[in-house]
Amino acid sequence: MRFIMLNSPHTFSVSESEISVGRTMRRVLYAMVPGSVACIWFFGWGILINISVATVVALGAEAAMLTARGKNLTLYLGDCSAIVTAWLLAISLPQLAPWWITTIGIIFAIVVAKHLYGGLGYNPFNPAMIGYVMLLISFPIEMNAWLIPHCIWQPQAMSLIEVIKATFIGVLPERLSPDAITGATPLSILHNNLELEASVTGMLNSYFPSIFNCSSGWEWMTSGFLAGGLWLVYTRTIDWRIPVGLLGGLIAISTVFYLTDPHYLPPWFHIWSGAPIFGAFFIATDPVTASTTPLGRLIYGVGVGIIIYIIRSFGSYSDGVAFAVLMMNIAAPTIDLYTQPRLFGAGR
Amino acid sequence: MKDLFSFHGGVKAASHKSESNQQPIKSSILPHVLTVPLRQHTGSISKPLVKAGDHVLKGQMIGKPDGYMSAAIHAPTSGRVLDIDNKLVPHPSGLLDLCVLIESDGEDRWINRRETVDYKSLHPKKVYNLLRSAGVVGLGGAVVPTAVKLNTSTAIDTLILNGSECGPWITCDDLLMRERASEIISGLHIIVHILQPREVLVSIEDDKPQAISEMEAACSSTSYRVVKIPTRYPSGSVKQLVALLTGREIPINGLPVDIGVQCFNVGTAYAVHRTIEFGEPVISRVVTITGHVNQPQNMEVLFGTPFSHLINQSGGYRYGVDQLIMGGPMMGFAVHDDQVPVIKATNCIFAARVANFTLQYPVRPCIRCGVCVDVCPMNLLPQQLYWYARAKELDRVKDYHLFSCIECGCCSYVCPSHIPLVQYYRYAKSEIWAQEKEKQKADLARRRYRARVARLEHKKQIREAKLQEKAPVLMPNANYNSRDM
Ligand code: SF4
Ligand code: SF4
Repeated sequence: MRFIMLNSPHTFSVSESEISVGRTMRRVLYAMVPGSVACIWFFGWGILINISVATVVALGAEAAMLTARGKNLTLYLGDCSAIVTAWLLAISLPQLAPWWITTIGIIFAIVVAKHLYGGLGYNPFNPAMIGYVMLLISFPIEMNAWLIPHCIWQPQAMSLIEVIKATFIGVLPERLSPDAITGATPLSILHNNLELEASVTGMLNSYFPSIFNCSSGWEWMTSGFLAGGLWLVYTRTIDWRIPVGLLGGLIAISTVFYLTDPHYLPPWFHIWSGAPIFGAFFIATDPVTASTTPLGRLIYGVGVGIIIYIIRSFGSYSDGVAFAVLMMNIAAPTIDLYTQPRLFGAGR
Repeated sequence: MKDLFSFHGGVKAASHKSESNQQPIKSSILPHVLTVPLRQHTGSISKPLVKAGDHVLKGQMIGKPDGYMSAAIHAPTSGRVLDIDNKLVPHPSGLLDLCVLIESDGEDRWINRRETVDYKSLHPKKVYNLLRSAGVVGLGGAVVPTAVKLNTSTAIDTLILNGSECGPWITCDDLLMRERASEIISGLHIIVHILQPREVLVSIEDDKPQAISEMEAACSSTSYRVVKIPTRYPSGSVKQLVALLTGREIPINGLPVDIGVQCFNVGTAYAVHRTIEFGEPVISRVVTITGHVNQPQNMEVLFGTPFSHLINQSGGYRYGVDQLIMGGPMMGFAVHDDQVPVIKATNCIFAARVANFTLQYPVRPCIRCGVCVDVCPMNLLPQQLYWYARAKELDRVKDYHLFSCIECGCCSYVCPSHIPLVQYYRYAKSEIWAQEKEKQKADLARRRYRARVARLEHKKQIREAKLQEKAPVLMPNANYNSRDM
């Protein structure tokens, strides 16, 4: 009788097997729901359209690339990684981004940033962020058309049909002019005004809306993502070190600058506005492109946090999460090499 | 109760001990032909002492130890030597090795056994020699000659008798401790007498309550302490066990003696007892036959017995067995054929069914989730090792300390992408060894080449010198040169 020759171990943990790639990815998707609901509430249906377009395009592009590379479709599509990329990018886009913006971004992310590098597990850069940066550089106007928050029942809010029209054929309802619905985000206002040496406190007072106000949409969205992110940490779907490092690093550096010179924005504003919370729990935690040692993950997070601060305070972009993550992606292999755990028997 | 330390990582694997540990050790039926390999230990192969046609008695030495790192091989039963030939032996690479084939005469007649000796009155050297010529080696799996491990100049502070048996499915040590505790402790006395340790610990995983109580009873009148250790693979692995019991780490590339510790398996202590007290060489051992067989059990088996013979006595294969493993499922290796013989290292024969398994859990890409890092008992980064081994970046693999990997399999065990990680590590190790061999060869060739060039040069000089003698005109010039130097 001849036998199959395979290497040890000849068994594996079936309970760990349930922690498949697919389950991890699905949990990340669930965790994005609260923040997305808040986004719908305050900014209308746009994000839902973006997510739908992105998901369809991502699955199509993924299937095409898998077929071209001769991979098993059911096995790889089932891991949901393309959908996660789609959602990450869709959530990062302005709410009324035209459909072709979403499509170009996703195709670039899936085809170039993911599959041309070898597919899931081999991509050195976070695909969603590559797609985002490509769009930001190529289409600055569309990529900065952020909506002004309104509660969904308010007259300025657009209906689902109106949003679909705006996204697919670029037609706004007659009662609304582009200038009436889009505006700068709190972060970009401050970013631009700081250069005018305006008083930070005055601006903060005028732009920090009360929590129970229909104009506090950005803050509610952030809270939604924070809740989802904490759930991911609690269920151990993601490692706590990256979000803690990122937010800790951002708080630390912004506190130092704020204390030495109150012209700089205070730490709470840095944390609470723009994308750091979303980035800390959902983007920087992508295990494939992050550092992989325990200490390395902490350093990686801190690095992203500090670069975000530098770009925001001294760069020309108002937010810097995408750039910061990509820069640290480059550093991850080196961080890993120098943060190996102490080897057993290596002395203390 | 002794304070325990801890080690990083490890896994709590489904233990599957109860399949095979419910009935007493059974003696295997004598097979018709025994295939006894002459290399069953770490070290050099023994020299055959018999030839085809010879009649041998049970316990007669048929292989002489060759050198210090070697052990004797004995005839497991009486009969006729059929042949001495290269046969398939249980080895990961499926190698053939020199074996003595013995046809049993069915009488199982012993050779004249030596009287029991009073080891306390003997010089330790004498005891090593007795063990060496009785073929006593570590029966936990590493099969290092026991005499070599006893002959140490370092003072031993802690002696550990290893009855942990952390590998899932394997129960041979469990049964041995339950049934032969006092014999094991008698063997331990001999080891203690030679090494004179300050402290003697008997470690047993806490999922073996019967073995613990038997061993505690056997140790009751001694100073030896039975230590219950938590059931956590690979706590029976020497490095992890020593860390767990003493809080000290065996240095990289080091041995337990480097930190004043020595470990012996319970089976080895039992073999020492049989040798010294009864003059019996090691010709059999307890083997667990388990997995997909109809009646899993433990058997006392003569070396050279084919695996198939044991499978038949255990009710045969269950439906769909397509893999046969020597050792447990975590660290054992697959054998090509069930005709291979039981050897000193065979603690377990595990019949498995993999076909369904691999279909149900296909290999996916590594997403660097880090679960493997959490379980690696050597504090390595398995995903980095995998990444660079796959990319054949062998220098990087070394940077990530490939050679500290003990191939325990914990990383593969938990990997949610089901990547056969250990396979990649073995591959990378063998590539590096091959490279180093190549390099040595190349170095040798280069040295030879240089020597040849130098020799030719030398000859040329001599020739020229002779020419110059014949042509004295050139001489002053040569003299001038030599003065100038
Ligand atoms: S457990 Fe498997 S998938 Fe996760 S990092 Fe390790 S090798 Fe990669
Ligand atoms: S097989 Fe090697 S790398 Fe994997 S857990 Fe064991 S020691 Fe670590």
